[in-house]
Amino acid sequence: MEHDTNSLILLAAILVPLLSGVIALLGGRLNTSALRSISALGFGIPLIIGIYLFCHFDASLVGEYNFELRAPTGLESIGIYLHLGLNAISLPLFLLAGVVGLAAGLYAMNSKAERLNLYLALLLFMLGGLMGTFASVDVFFFYFFHEFALIPTFIMIGMWGGAGRRGAAIEMTIYLTVGALLSLLGLIALYVQSGVDSFSLLELRNYLHEKPLGETVQSNIFALLLFGFGILVSLFPFHSWAPKGYAVAPSGAAMLHAGVLKKFGLYGLLQIAYPLLPAGGEHWFSLIVWLALGNILFIGLVTIAQKDLKMMLGYSSVMHMGYAFLGLATFSVVGVGGALLMMVAHGLSVALLFMLATCIYHRSQTFDMSAMGGLATKAPVLAAFFVAGTMASIGLPGFGNFWGEFTIFAALAETQHTRWIVAPAAIGIIISAIYGLRAVANIFFGQPKEGFAAHLESDSVVDMKLSEKLPALVLIVALVITGLFPRLLSDNANSELTNLYPVQDTLPHHEAIALPSTTDGHKELTH
Amino acid sequence: MNDLLAEFLRGFTATNEWTVIIPEIMLAILALGMLGAEMVLPKKSAQSLIPRLAMWGQALILVILVTAGCSYGGDVKSYFSGMIEQTDVTHMMRAFFLVCSILVCYLGQIYLSKQTLAKTEFYHLVIIIAAAMMLLVQSAHFVMLFVALETVTVAFYVLVAYCRNNSLSLEAGLKYLVLGALSSGILLFGIVLLYGVAGNPELAGSSHDSLAYGELAHFINLNADNLLVKVGALLVIAGVCFKIGAVPFQIWVPDVYQGAPTPVTAYLAVASKAAGFIVLLKLLTGPLAGLSEFLVPVLSVIAAVTILFGNITAVTQRNVKRLMGLSGIAHAGYLLVGVIAALTIDWAVYAVIFYLVTYLLASFAVFGVMAHLANSADANQELEHYQDLARRRPFLSGILACGLGSLAGIPPLGGFIGKLFLFVAAFQAGLYGLLAVSVIGVVISIYYYFGWIRECYFGAQLAETETVEPVPFLSADRLMLGALVVGTVAIGLVPAVLPIIP
Repeated sequence: MEHDTNSLILLAAILVPLLSGVIALLGGRLNTSALRSISALGFGIPLIIGIYLFCHFDASLVGEYNFELRAPTGLESIGIYLHLGLNAISLPLFLLAGVVGLAAGLYAMNSKAERLNLYLALLLFMLGGLMGTFASVDVFFFYFFHEFALIPTFIMIGMWGGAGRRGAAIEMTIYLTVGALLSLLGLIALYVQSGVDSFSLLELRNYLHEKPLGETVQSNIFALLLFGFGILVSLFPFHSWAPKGYAVAPSGAAMLHAGVLKKFGLYGLLQIAYPLLPAGGEHWFSLIVWLALGNILFIGLVTIAQKDLKMMLGYSSVMHMGYAFLGLATFSVVGVGGALLMMVAHGLSVALLFMLATCIYHRSQTFDMSAMGGLATKAPVLAAFFVAGTMASIGLPGFGNFWGEFTIFAALAETQHTRWIVAPAAIGIIISAIYGLRAVANIFFGQPKEGFAAHLESDSVVDMKLSEKLPALVLIVALVITGLFPRLLSDNANSELTNLYPVQDTLPHHEAIALPSTTDGHKELTH
Repeated sequence: MNDLLAEFLRGFTATNEWTVIIPEIMLAILALGMLGAEMVLPKKSAQSLIPRLAMWGQALILVILVTAGCSYGGDVKSYFSGMIEQTDVTHMMRAFFLVCSILVCYLGQIYLSKQTLAKTEFYHLVIIIAAAMMLLVQSAHFVMLFVALETVTVAFYVLVAYCRNNSLSLEAGLKYLVLGALSSGILLFGIVLLYGVAGNPELAGSSHDSLAYGELAHFINLNADNLLVKVGALLVIAGVCFKIGAVPFQIWVPDVYQGAPTPVTAYLAVASKAAGFIVLLKLLTGPLAGLSEFLVPVLSVIAAVTILFGNITAVTQRNVKRLMGLSGIAHAGYLLVGVIAALTIDWAVYAVIFYLVTYLLASFAVFGVMAHLANSADANQELEHYQDLARRRPFLSGILACGLGSLAGIPPLGGFIGKLFLFVAAFQAGLYGLLAVSVIGVVISIYYYFGWIRECYFGAQLAETETVEPVPFLSADRLMLGALVVGTVAIGLVPAVLPIIP
C-alpha cells in the first residue's frame, strides 16, 4: 500500500494536536503567549488539513478509502492495524471535528480558566482523538480514539466544572463506560463471528458482503452495538447523563463533546452497524423508532420545562438525536444521508449554543432563564448570534439542520410503513420552536426581571468581545455553508451511501427509493 | 585460553544441568551474601550499601537471564529427571518475578526508611521468594511444586508480620499463617489423593512416579471419571486458588493486604498472584487436562463470583490498602477468565501474561505512590489522605492517576490493551457469560478507581491543618515511578513494545 503525502498529512491532523497538547502540558512554565501560539497551531491545523483533504478528495473511489495509511502497532496477531483513511461519510465529520475544535480552542484560549495550560492540553488531546476517530478505517482504532477523546472530557468536567461536578463527572464516566464497553464487545463479536482475521472495516465489509452472518447472530451483535452506541448518543431512555454532564461541563468540553464526540455513536451505527448487519437493523427497527420518538417527544416536553439555560441546551441536544435515529432506521440512502447532514449541522449549532450560553453567563451571572430579560439592549451582537443558533437548531431553512430534518422526513414519508412517523416527528419541530423561541424571548427581550435590571445597568455587562465573536463566527459560517451548499457534502456521500445501503429486494417493505432528493431540495433553494 | 574455557563450559553443561537454573542459584547466593555482608560491614555503610546491593545484584541477574535466554519456540525442555521444565512462558515469568522483586526492594527501601526495623532480612526474604517463585513456575513435578510453594509461603509468613511493633501487621501475619497453612494442607491432601489413586495397579495407566506431571496426565486421561481423581484435582485447585485470592478462598485478602507492609502487599498482589496463575495454567493444561470438562464449569463459577465479589466489596472501602486487595481479587477473576480461555485457545496463555505485565506496571505505580505518602502508621492509609493530592504533590498524583486508570482499563493505558486481549480470547473461546460478568465488573470498578482519582483531583480544598509528613523525594524516585508510567502508556499506545503475544 502506498503511503503518499496525503495520507501522512492525514496522520498529521491527529498528531499535531496531540503533540501541541504534550508541549502545553509539559511546558508548564511557558508564558501565556507562547502557550497560545502552540495551542493555536494545534487547534487550527486539523481544520486546515481537513479543508485541504476535502479539496483533494477523490469521490470516484466508492467503497474504498482515500488517503489510506496502514501501520502495525503490535496488535497484528488479532488483526488490528493503525489503518487510517477517509471516505465520503467520514469526511464531513472529520471536517466537523476540525471546525468545532477550532472554535472551542479559540474560545478556550481566551478563557480565564485556572491552570490554563492543562485545560488547553486536555482540549488538544480531545481534538486529536476526535480527528483519529473519524479518520480510522480500523474499527478498533475507531473505538480507541473515541475513548482517547472521552477521558479528557471527564477530567475537564471534574476539574473545571460548575456546581455538582463531582457527582456529574462520575455519573457520566460510569454511564459512558457502560456504553463504550458494550460497543467494544459488539465490535469484538463482529470480529470473532465474521471469521475474517481483521478489524479493518474494509475487509469486514467485503467479507460480510460475500458471506453475511446468520440473522440471529446479526441481531445479537446489532443489539450490542445499538445499545452501546445508543448510550453514547443519549438514546432515550439512556440519556440522563447528558443534560447533567453538559450543565456542569466547562464550555470547551461541552462544545467538543456535544458537538462532535457524541456523533461517534451515530457514526458507528451509520458506518458499521447498519451496513454490516442489515438484518439486525431490520430486527430492531420498531424498537429504534419508538425510542427515537421517545427522544423527540418525551425529551422534547422535558426540554420545555427547563428553566436552566444549559440544562435546556443539554436536553435539546438529546432530543435532536432522535431525528438522526429515525433517519438511520429508514435504511434508505435518503434517510441515512439526512441523518449524516443532521449530525454535522447539529454538531455545529449545539457547539455554538453551548459557547453562547457561557457568554450569556459571563454577563448575567446566572443560567436561570426566568431571572433574565432584556439582555439584547446591552449585547445586541450576542443576541443576534444566539437567535441564529436557535433558528438553526429549530431547523429553519438556510441552515444545515433544515436539510437534515427535511430529508429525514422525506425518507420517512417515502414508504408506507414509516409514513405515520412523520406526524409525531413533526410535532417535535413545534416543540423545539417553543422552547427555542421562549429562551430567546426570556433572555434577550422583554422587561428585565427584578434584580436583573439593576445588574444589567452596571458597566460590567458589555457586548461580545472579539475573542468571543471569532469562534462564534467560525461556527456560524460553517452552519450557513452547510445550509446553502449541502451538496458539498451530500453529493459524495450519496454515492458512498448507495454502495453501503443497497435497496433490499429481500425485505418486502423497503421499497425502492429514488436517490438524490437532497439535491432536489437544494435546487429549490437556489432558484 | 578462550577456547579452553569454552571447551570446559561446554563439557560442563553437557554433563551438568545446574546451569539452567543459574539465575536462581545466583539469587540464593546474593541473598545469603547480604546476610554475611551485614555482619562484616560497619553498620553505617551496611545501611546504604545493602539495598543497593540487592537491587543492582538482581538487575545484573536479570540481565544475565534475559541475555542468556534462548528462544524456546514453543518447545519444552526438561531437566533434572523431569523436575523442571522450561518453555518460553517460564522464561518470561522468571524475568517477570525478577522485575517484581527489584521493585519490591525499591519500595522496601522507602518503607524501611520510615520504620525502626531490621533491614537486611527484608531484602534477603524478598530475594529468596523471587528465587522460589522462579522455580515454582518451572516445576513439572508435584514434589518440586510443593517445595517451591512452601518456600514462598514461609518467607511470606515472615514478611507479612515484618512490622512486628504494629498490631495490625502481627494480626495479618497470624491470619496469613493460619489460612496459608490450611491451604497448604489442602493442596498436599489433593496431591496425595492423586498420588494414591494413580498408584493403584488395578487402574489403567497407573504409574510408580505419579507425582510427575506427564505420568499423571496420562493416568487422568484414562481415568477422568474416577471420584478420587476428581476430589484430588479439586483440592489441588483449591490450594492454588488460595494463592490467587479467588472466591471462596479470598477471605484473608483484605486483612492481610492492610496489615502487611506496603511493599509486601505489592509483592503479594502482583508476584504471588502471578505465580499462582502460572501454576494453575500449568496444572490445567498439563496433568489435569483430562478433567477440563469437569473443571471448566467449576472454574467458571469461581471466576464469575470472584469478579463480582472483588468489585462489589471494593466499592465501600475507604482504606486504600484494602481497596487494592479487593480490587486485586477482581483482577484475579478477569485472569481466571483468561485461564479458562487458555484451555481452548492457544494464544490465550500469552494474553494472561500480557495482562499480568500491565497489572505489574500499574500496581507498582500505585503502590509506589502509597509507599511514598504513607507515614509510619503504614496500615492506616485512608482515601481521605489523598484529598487534593493534585495540588500538594502533582507528580505523585499524576502517577497515581495513570496507574489507577490502567487498572480500570482506560485507553490509552496498558491495562486496556491487556483487557482487550483477554476479552478477545474469551470471545474466541465462546465464554459469553463470563464476558458479560467481566464487563459488569469493569463498570463497577470505574466507580472506586475514579472515586480515588476524584479525591486527588476534584476534591474540596483541604484545610492546611492536615499533617503531611514530607518525604525526601529524589530524582531516582521520579525516574522509577516515571518509568512505570511511561511503560504503561507506551504499551497502551504501541503494544508492540511488549513482545509477548506471538
